Amino acid sequence: MNQETWRLIGYILVMAGVTYAIRALPLTLFRKNITNVYIRSFLKYIPYAVLGAMTLPAIFFSTDSVISAIIGLAVAAVLAYREKSLLTVAAAACGAVFLAERLLPLVF
Amino acid sequence: MKTARNTRFFEGFQDGIPIGLGYLSVSFTFGMMAVTAGMPVWAAIAISMTNLTSAGQFAGLSMITASAGYLEMALAQLIINLRYALMSISLSQRLEKWVKTPDRMGISFGITDEVFAVASTKEYKVDGRYMGGLMLAPYFGWTLGTVLGAVAGELLPPSVQSALGIAIYGMFLAIVVPPAKKSLPVFVVLLLAVTLSCLFRFVPALTGVSEGFVIIICAGLAALCGAILFPEKEGEQ
Repeated sequence: MNQETWRLIGYILVMAGVTYAIRALPLTLFRKNITNVYIRSFLKYIPYAVLGAMTLPAIFFSTDSVISAIIGLAVAAVLAYREKSLLTVAAAACGAVFLAERLLPLVF
Repeated sequence: MKTARNTRFFEGFQDGIPIGLGYLSVSFTFGMMAVTAGMPVWAAIAISMTNLTSAGQFAGLSMITASAGYLEMALAQLIINLRYALMSISLSQRLEKWVKTPDRMGISFGITDEVFAVASTKEYKVDGRYMGGLMLAPYFGWTLGTVLGAVAGELLPPSVQSALGIAIYGMFLAIVVPPAKKSLPVFVVLLLAVTLSCLFRFVPALTGVSEGFVIIICAGLAALCGAILFPEKEGEQ
């Protein structure tokens, strides 16, 4: 193997090692229940906050045009409000974007 | 007992399918970008199979291209992926207590934003079976997408790629909207997080902050406000 291959393997090991350690240490070391009300609440709210921060505004730029993304967002929001399954909501959003991107150019 | 555990594995697997689909387009992009940047196909695939993280991999790719040092790489990965430590701590509270160390080490590997979000909003405490099932499709999707992106370049027509881009966000909405509908604290936390992340995207002075940090800051602040405004005792839902 040449030097470039070893260099790449080094990078991959560093990336994988650091990333895994960050994930594994807290999960394997934290066994007891946290009793502090504020920490518990913080940990309870964090997933929703992460998802919210990741979804907006990123969703607007997740497709070829902001308009198709808004249409996809609207469809997903309505179905999510009606508590449809994850797969249904995701698939419907994709379908709406696909249709919107085919149909919109015909209108404008 | 056995049936119940298999059911959990299957339920996890089902919950993971939308994540896997969503990952396809992201890792496809990663595979394409890596090869375009001059990386061999095997390295792109190896990175995806060992890292399983989007922001970290994209940052890593640009650093490899720039011939960064290993220490610099390690620091960058630490900062970008620090949010996983937060998620890992949070998930440790949602894991059945009896889950053994080897299982925990296996579960750790697959903690991504999406896997974490689905697992920690499950109505019951999750175990190794559920997590194994949940991680299957995302891991497969992430790897397959990288392979396709790296090997075939533009295999998916752009129209399909564009439509798949929204899949993951549609799924996020399906996760957060129902609880936000029922719980005022969750609604407020969500609104705060969204407002903050929009500020980071659109206020010129703040747009320089990296994606990983934006998520840490916004989610951290929003959850902190939530914890102060609406501290919830155990058992309250």
